[in-house]
Amino acid sequence: MKIPSNILTLLAGVILTLVSLWYGQNHGLLPEAASDEAALVDGLFNSMMTVSIGLFILVQGVLIISAIRFRRRAGDNTDGPPIHGNIPLEIVWTAIPAVIVLVIGVYSFDIYKAMGGFDPQAATDPGITQIAMLPGESVPGLIDSSSQPKPRHAHNHVALGVGAFPEDEGRPADVNVDVMGLQYAWIFTYPDSGVTSGELHIPVNKEVQLNIKAQDVLHAFWLPEFRLKQDAIPGRDTELRFVPRHIGTYPVICAELCGAYHGAMNTKLYVQSQEEYDGWLQEQIASLNDPNQAIAMRAIAPSESRSNAEFLAPFASQMGIDTAALEQLHPQHISMNR
Amino acid sequence: MQGSTIDPAKTALNYHHETEAAAHHEEHPDHRLFGLLVFLGAESMIFAGLFLAYLTFRVVAPVWPPEGTPERELLVPGINTLILISSSFVIHQADVAVKKNNVNGLRTWFLATAVMGAIFLAGQVYEYNNLEFGLKTNLYASTFYVLTGFHGLHVFLGLCLILAVLWRSRNKEHYSGEHHFGVEAAELYWHFVDVIWIVLFFLLYIL
Amino acid sequence: MTQAEWQSTTTPTTEGAIPGQRKWQDYFTFNTDHKVIGIQYLVTSFIFYMIGGALATAIRTELATPESDLVSPELYNNLLTVHGTVMIFLWIIPAGSGLANYLIPLMVGARDMAFPKMNALAFWMVPPAGLALIGSFFLEAPQAGWTSYPPLSLMTGKVGEGIWIFTLLVLGTSSILGAINFFVTILRMRVPSMGINDMPLFCWSMLAASALILIGTPVLAGALILLAFDLLAGTAFFNPTGGGDPIVYQHMFWFYSHPAVYIMILPLFGAISDILPVHARKPIFGYRAIAYSSLAISFLGLIVWAHHMFTSGTPAWLRMFFMITTMVIAVPTGIKVFGWLATIWGGKIQLNSAMLFAMGFISMFVIGGISGVMVAAVPFDIHVHDTYFIVAHLHYVLFGGSVFGIYSAIYHWFPKMTGRMMNEPLGIVHFVLTFIGMNLTFMPMHELGLLGMNRRIALYDPKFATLNLVCTIGTYILAVSTLPFLANAGWSWISGKKAGNNPWRALTFEWMTTSPPAIENFEQLPVLTSGPYDYGLSKRNPQMEPEESRSNVEAPPGFIPPEEARAGSPEP
Repeated sequence: MKIPSNILTLLAGVILTLVSLWYGQNHGLLPEAASDEAALVDGLFNSMMTVSIGLFILVQGVLIISAIRFRRRAGDNTDGPPIHGNIPLEIVWTAIPAVIVLVIGVYSFDIYKAMGGFDPQAATDPGITQIAMLPGESVPGLIDSSSQPKPRHAHNHVALGVGAFPEDEGRPADVNVDVMGLQYAWIFTYPDSGVTSGELHIPVNKEVQLNIKAQDVLHAFWLPEFRLKQDAIPGRDTELRFVPRHIGTYPVICAELCGAYHGAMNTKLYVQSQEEYDGWLQEQIASLNDPNQAIAMRAIAPSESRSNAEFLAPFASQMGIDTAALEQLHPQHISMNR
Repeated sequence: MQGSTIDPAKTALNYHHETEAAAHHEEHPDHRLFGLLVFLGAESMIFAGLFLAYLTFRVVAPVWPPEGTPERELLVPGINTLILISSSFVIHQADVAVKKNNVNGLRTWFLATAVMGAIFLAGQVYEYNNLEFGLKTNLYASTFYVLTGFHGLHVFLGLCLILAVLWRSRNKEHYSGEHHFGVEAAELYWHFVDVIWIVLFFLLYIL
Repeated sequence: MTQAEWQSTTTPTTEGAIPGQRKWQDYFTFNTDHKVIGIQYLVTSFIFYMIGGALATAIRTELATPESDLVSPELYNNLLTVHGTVMIFLWIIPAGSGLANYLIPLMVGARDMAFPKMNALAFWMVPPAGLALIGSFFLEAPQAGWTSYPPLSLMTGKVGEGIWIFTLLVLGTSSILGAINFFVTILRMRVPSMGINDMPLFCWSMLAASALILIGTPVLAGALILLAFDLLAGTAFFNPTGGGDPIVYQHMFWFYSHPAVYIMILPLFGAISDILPVHARKPIFGYRAIAYSSLAISFLGLIVWAHHMFTSGTPAWLRMFFMITTMVIAVPTGIKVFGWLATIWGGKIQLNSAMLFAMGFISMFVIGGISGVMVAAVPFDIHVHDTYFIVAHLHYVLFGGSVFGIYSAIYHWFPKMTGRMMNEPLGIVHFVLTFIGMNLTFMPMHELGLLGMNRRIALYDPKFATLNLVCTIGTYILAVSTLPFLANAGWSWISGKKAGNNPWRALTFEWMTTSPPAIENFEQLPVLTSGPYDYGLSKRNPQMEPEESRSNVEAPPGFIPPEEARAGSPEP
């Protein structure tokens, strides 16, 4: 039976489309989506995946078919047909990718906007502020005015990070947390209560704003399950604002190379019910009143594991804390590496 | 794509140039000037990068120059600028001279340019010595020193080129109306250094 | 450098020896013959490739298990920094320069490059810079990543970072000098009968790549100068402690280092465009589209750099601008890929090693290209930036693309360079191993990145262990895959089958001379009698008769007729 080639092409096209559509929805490559932002990003990824699989199969298919069908037979030393080009065809394959990337571009723009990427709330970046010098780091001859905060000038600074959903713009977030990245730990401070912690606890279904800073080098605050990432830049404020939707424990990862123990710079994000969260906060406030703990907490490296504790020890001692105190203070900590 | 025979127009044209071809038999045509232009294009990208970095620092900083930066006086740099700009016209006279086979003229004008360049460098050194801020005072001071210093290095290189041409031109046969790539190269480089200075002066002193 | 101005452009006189036969000692000297320099570049860069590969193998061995157990975390960062720097600056870029050095003068019918001494100088800057970088392991190796972002790079050790900056400045200068040569040679030294639209596509892509080198590399040099001041003199350009701005460094760095990706891939785009028609026995499909798309990629490549900084200090509107420009690059790239596919479609494909690697190039590069469009989308990039997804993407482009392309080019032009054929069965074994190893190593990394594994880490969450083990096994296969190639190249160079002038029956100029070509390439400069890809035309005459070529030579070498002379040439 001989099937006409245009029927075959049509059939191949239909199969290709169906496979792409199916795989685009069922690739199972992404981790859990724990926020509305994550769901938006996943939607974008799925549609890009659909197009990609189509293109992938098309190109690989053409290559494989060519390798089989257009193989040179033994003894055949002639050339192929002298086809130098085909202007309409070339226009088509210029136009189709152009349209595809235009659509993806517009779609990404929409998603980014819906996530709060244009949120003007973040536009209060005061620009470069001089940060305090590190212990042991001295830059002789540089300005010595680090103790005096600079007057804020009316520079119209642009937003960094991902802000509120467009409908929430201008409204303060339910929970504010200041995040400080330092080698090799994340320190979370709750400005409303003064609580400082090495782990991030937030209530579910509440809008959370993280104000991210870095003390020494660049870090990047990454929540894979929330599809959110923002570099922590010394001297600059950045923010992430999102609404967690699922109770659970999620990794917090530093994604920007920040030194030898960069790989160990991770901690946990606990999304809790309002009651649990309040309970945790009260517990922290209570322990805040114990002066010994309060001092140590500030410099706690939250990510110690059996190996991490070892290599964090020199840094801890540099900050004037001994390792035993570190271990003791965080008995409940569950290491990522366990 | 292309026909299998030579285009008649090309053959005719080639024939037309055959006499010239014979003169240059098996000798490469001179691409050095074009090469130098390409090189200067690349070189100007270093300055473009540094200038844009300077502008970015300037735009991002809340106060510029940072508070406490001492005032700079404009007299010496102003005179320096005038000297450097006029040296471009002086060195052009050398080019005019050598094209007329006037090697003595070339030498005179190149010497004048070299002196002017040296005065400029001396002026730079004088300014460095009298500034009230050092390399590490603040971001403005650092960019100031690195930009002017990097440009000064180029002036110095240009000066070396000029002196090399002067040295070579002791032999009166070395440069002629036809063969004077060294002169052109030094001149072009000098103009380049001059143009960079104008931009730099505007950015650092005027803006 | 000012050597350019004092360059003497006279070429060495032809010696009476057997054409093309070089003494082995010549390859260790300051030789100005572009063919010697080309081979010097290729061999040197391949040695660095093996060093970089050894570093990669060490990295993957460390990552075979979740714990940080093989090397110390500092050493791990040394390894990844030097691996990245070596592979980019000492392998792919110089290998592209090597191909360009060897091929451009032959392809345009010139006797040498425009500035042979500068050319040799550019090459001889590579080995000392490379040795300094490798030697840093014995002193203090850099450990801030090949991106060397401040403030980290200012805090990890002055010596290592200083060596890194020195290496890059020297290699950058070498790269610029090389690019000036390519640029001038392609534009000014074509035989008179070759109009710009008759050039082999490799020349087009080298033109585009050279333009990028000339525009981008100096800006990197500027960034490195400022970084060196911060590091050594204590200024604070990029150090927030003194009021500087680390983001400015990122902008300057990526202004070069994004185009660097095109500097690395464009030469191979060109090589593939030249290789496919020969082995498919079919003209390239859409010559002008492929030629001009190189220029389009080159231009667009200059305005996309901040897509490496979407999660960094890049404001929202800039993120959107760079997202759109980045996505637009998919259009000229797509033109090339579809053009290649249409070229081989319906041809008479000889599935030899060169062609397998060329088709492998398309296959692998497309994956990298697709994931490239994905990561251009800001919301998605926010998730995968600095993860293994990016590692996978960049290796599909640079390994699946550039390295496959370089292999393909070596298999294709080896007969011309050495006068001997390479062994086909070994070549096919090499291809199969490389193809399997490559996909085994880098395909799982996509998934790792999506799941939440960040890059540049020596220890990771045990839930990623299985996939990482697969990657490591793939790496070992890749390491083994170079053995058949080395054996093949070494053995074939000495005692391979004699190739003859034109074993592939190709049409471009480099095949119209002896293999290896004589000192000044052509006994008589060739004349363009057909387009570079006119396969299947009855009129064409691949083996040019010497008598015929002689009778046609009337133009002086390197002389280009003015535009009017070319106006009448037929459209492709």
